[in-house]
Amino acid sequence: MAKYLLLKHYRGAPSAVNDVPMDQWTPEEISAHVQYMRDFAARLEETGEFVDSQALAPEGTFVRYDGEGRPPVTDGPFAETKDVIAGWMVIDVDSYERAVELAGELSAAPGAGGKPIHEWLELRPFLTSPPTITE
Amino acid sequence: MTAQLDEALLRSLTPGVLGILVRRGADFAAAEDAVQDALIEAIRVWPADPPRDPKGWLVTVAWRKFLDATRAEAARRRREDVLDEEPEPGQAAAVDDTLQLYFLCAHPSLSSSSAVALTLRAVGGLTTRQIAQAYLVPEATMAQRISRAKRTVSGVRFDQPGDVATVLRVLYLVFNEGYSGDVDLAAEAIRLTRQLAAAIDHPEVAGLLALMLLHHARRATRTAPDGGLVPLAEQDRGRWDTALIAEGVEILQAALARDRLGEYQAQAAIAALHADAPTAGETDWVQIVAWYDELVRLTGSPIVRLNRAVAVGEADGPRAGLAALAELDDSLPRHTAVAAYLHERDGDLATAARLYAEAAHQAPHLAERDYLTRQAARLNTRRH
Repeated sequence: MAKYLLLKHYRGAPSAVNDVPMDQWTPEEISAHVQYMRDFAARLEETGEFVDSQALAPEGTFVRYDGEGRPPVTDGPFAETKDVIAGWMVIDVDSYERAVELAGELSAAPGAGGKPIHEWLELRPFLTSPPTITE
Repeated sequence: MTAQLDEALLRSLTPGVLGILVRRGADFAAAEDAVQDALIEAIRVWPADPPRDPKGWLVTVAWRKFLDATRAEAARRRREDVLDEEPEPGQAAAVDDTLQLYFLCAHPSLSSSSAVALTLRAVGGLTTRQIAQAYLVPEATMAQRISRAKRTVSGVRFDQPGDVATVLRVLYLVFNEGYSGDVDLAAEAIRLTRQLAAAIDHPEVAGLLALMLLHHARRATRTAPDGGLVPLAEQDRGRWDTALIAEGVEILQAALARDRLGEYQAQAAIAALHADAPTAGETDWVQIVAWYDELVRLTGSPIVRLNRAVAVGEADGPRAGLAALAELDDSLPRHTAVAAYLHERDGDLATAARLYAEAAHQAPHLAERDYLTRQAARLNTRRH
């Protein structure tokens, strides 16, 4: 089994095919989209492949250490930041092929006009512990 | 009786109890649930009131749990009539129940992850929560994986002979997962393989058990205190577990004497040659290459060929190793890491440093990536 992160970018990834901003969909289209995502996660729980799914606020704070005895420095949000991560799903699957299949399914979530968004999702494997037997 | 003793005993009894329920006519999925319920009850009741016959106790309680669950399903009233009688005692088992359970849980219709999960629960007696923790997935996900696996094999006849190779593959996967969470999967794999070896006389079962013991013997020396990987050549051989090595070698020799070589015996033979060398410099690489030749013949695996190239590099020098490596597809996992190592031994430190960094970038394992990055850094600082 291998764990993969399905990463959803708002910016930074190539544009989706059906690239209409969500605030210009009809309320019914938004409901259909949300339902699709829920059904997808529920189906993965059924198949025993679901690990985690989270959505993130589009903007955050940048924080860094500022030396002994001083409070951390905060900055941002930076409007010019190229990439925005909208959320993720973590899956635990038998093969890379299965991970690609599921990412393709998730990317087919309906958007404007009830048509699939065809958005780009990034598929990243987790780094794991090395196997016991290597030589 | 301590709680720990309870658990070890309980879990060793699990497959036998489950086998009895299935033989009495319970379907596998329901019987497995009932045995889990009985185990939980045992953990609750035994510390204060230990039974004189633990297995008999478990069979009685599990059977009652099974009947309760069956009764609770009002829709299955007709089945209840059949089952709500005392079972015939002591139906003679045509084949060993434990062995049949291994076959069922590693059935070829299951994906490897399902087979692993089902084996750990039904044969190993681990709880769903423990298995979920070991594989770092939510308990609900693991529960679904197990119940789907049970559904998949529910139509398989319990007395059909199975394939030992699929069982060994599952146990090998469990062992290789190593140690994560609070369940020691390597130790569990060894326990299950010992139990299998007791149930069936098969040289490859012995070979796998020997392989596990020989690798387990080196476990404490494989990781530095900071969690970093320690390669074989740098491990503190004085801390290898000599008792496990002796046992592994003895089991392997008995298996090899049967003259039915298989891949696990060949792998164990390589591990035994490493275990046998007092220092890394005294390793018998020529014999190891010969065993890799056998492994290539047995499996044809490109990963084996890659490991063979490392061994050739040690036996005949890095140039010979690089020549062996050149015959292989460079997209193989760890190909770049092997190339880096052989180039370093050949004295080409600039190429080695570049390849170590590249290999680190490709590494699928965190500890391996850190190790390779450190190798690149070591060569880069030395060259400046």
